[in-house]
Amino acid sequence: MLGALIIVFREVIEAGLIVGIVLAVTRGVPRRGFFVAGGVAAGVLGACLLAIFAKEIAGALEGMGQELFNAGVLILASCMLAWHNIWMASHGREMAAELRGVGQEVAEGGKDLTALAIVVAVAVLREGSEVVLFLYGVAASGKETVGAMLAGGAAGVALGAALSALMFYGLVKIPAKTLFGVTTALITFLAAGMASQSVVYLQQAGLVEAWSRTLWNTSALLPDDSMIGRVLHVLFGYVDQPSGMQVAVYLVALIGIFLATRAAAPKPPAPSLKVAKS
Amino acid sequence: MRKILLTAFTLGFAALSGAALNAAEETVLRLTLEDGKFAPAELRAPANRAFTLTVRNAGKAAMEFESKGLKLEKVIAAGAEQSLHVRPMKPGRYAFVDEFNEDVAKGALIVE
Repeated sequence: MLGALIIVFREVIEAGLIVGIVLAVTRGVPRRGFFVAGGVAAGVLGACLLAIFAKEIAGALEGMGQELFNAGVLILASCMLAWHNIWMASHGREMAAELRGVGQEVAEGGKDLTALAIVVAVAVLREGSEVVLFLYGVAASGKETVGAMLAGGAAGVALGAALSALMFYGLVKIPAKTLFGVTTALITFLAAGMASQSVVYLQQAGLVEAWSRTLWNTSALLPDDSMIGRVLHVLFGYVDQPSGMQVAVYLVALIGIFLATRAAAPKPPAPSLKVAKS
Repeated sequence: MRKILLTAFTLGFAALSGAALNAAEETVLRLTLEDGKFAPAELRAPANRAFTLTVRNAGKAAMEFESKGLKLEKVIAAGAEQSLHVRPMKPGRYAFVDEFNEDVAKGALIVE
């Protein structure tokens, strides 16, 4: 039961943090519940399909199907997040100013949410398939009763959801004016982290060979499978033994999205200048 | 224009799969997960050279082969076998586990 609890908790947190951020980002946008719930549902469905076809996917493309799938999914999510940031920078200022915009902004907000719904779906898909495979394995091994396993799994989901909710309420406590800036920054880090993680899968597939040396090792200081390490991994892409290429892609994505978001903003907004000076 | 792009893409992909093929011709190490344990529990590999690690899952449930040090992570279905590409590594001891059963199923790769 404890094993099921821990592994489910772990995966739920990783997906839950992303859902929490998306909910905070879309605060006040109409119909966001529909898009986020749709994303979660699509993710769960996809995770089950992924678990069922794990063998076929792994065997595809000269045995590298799983790696390419993971890399593709991460790159897609990273692009969606970047696109969201850029879109928000160019259209979102009016929306942020009035927060509960009506009329055309509803339509625009709805269009924009598709990108974030995809991000939610992809996050749930990735973490969910591991949960399904693991729970299926526990059930098949017959070491635990199905009841104990389900209880552990449910407790894991509850704990993970609770932690994600804390994160969400922490975020929405931030005043609406600054929330926009905070979530823009968070999404930039999130996207850069995902881009850099996709490198790991491409390296594993043998498609990326350059700069594969480990740059530093902070696993003694802050292991990335510890609780804090995991949260930092999801939010900022923290890894304790990154390769050179991972760090390079992270920095390029971070700077690239930051510059693109700034360039997309019509004019440098006066309030942020004030913030910079103080 | 589209044709040129398509050709460039195809060539790029061919080059990439060529790289993947080359990787497959290197040294192959074998590992089996049976009854929840890795056999052998310790493997030896040469330092600073890429090689292939073939992992067979002889168990009844799916496993996830994972090594943080080697930066490998792969789901292997019950009864299936997967080849993993290991990058050139510095000498050292790299632990690996079956993430779905990490208390019991663990081993290490010793690079020297």
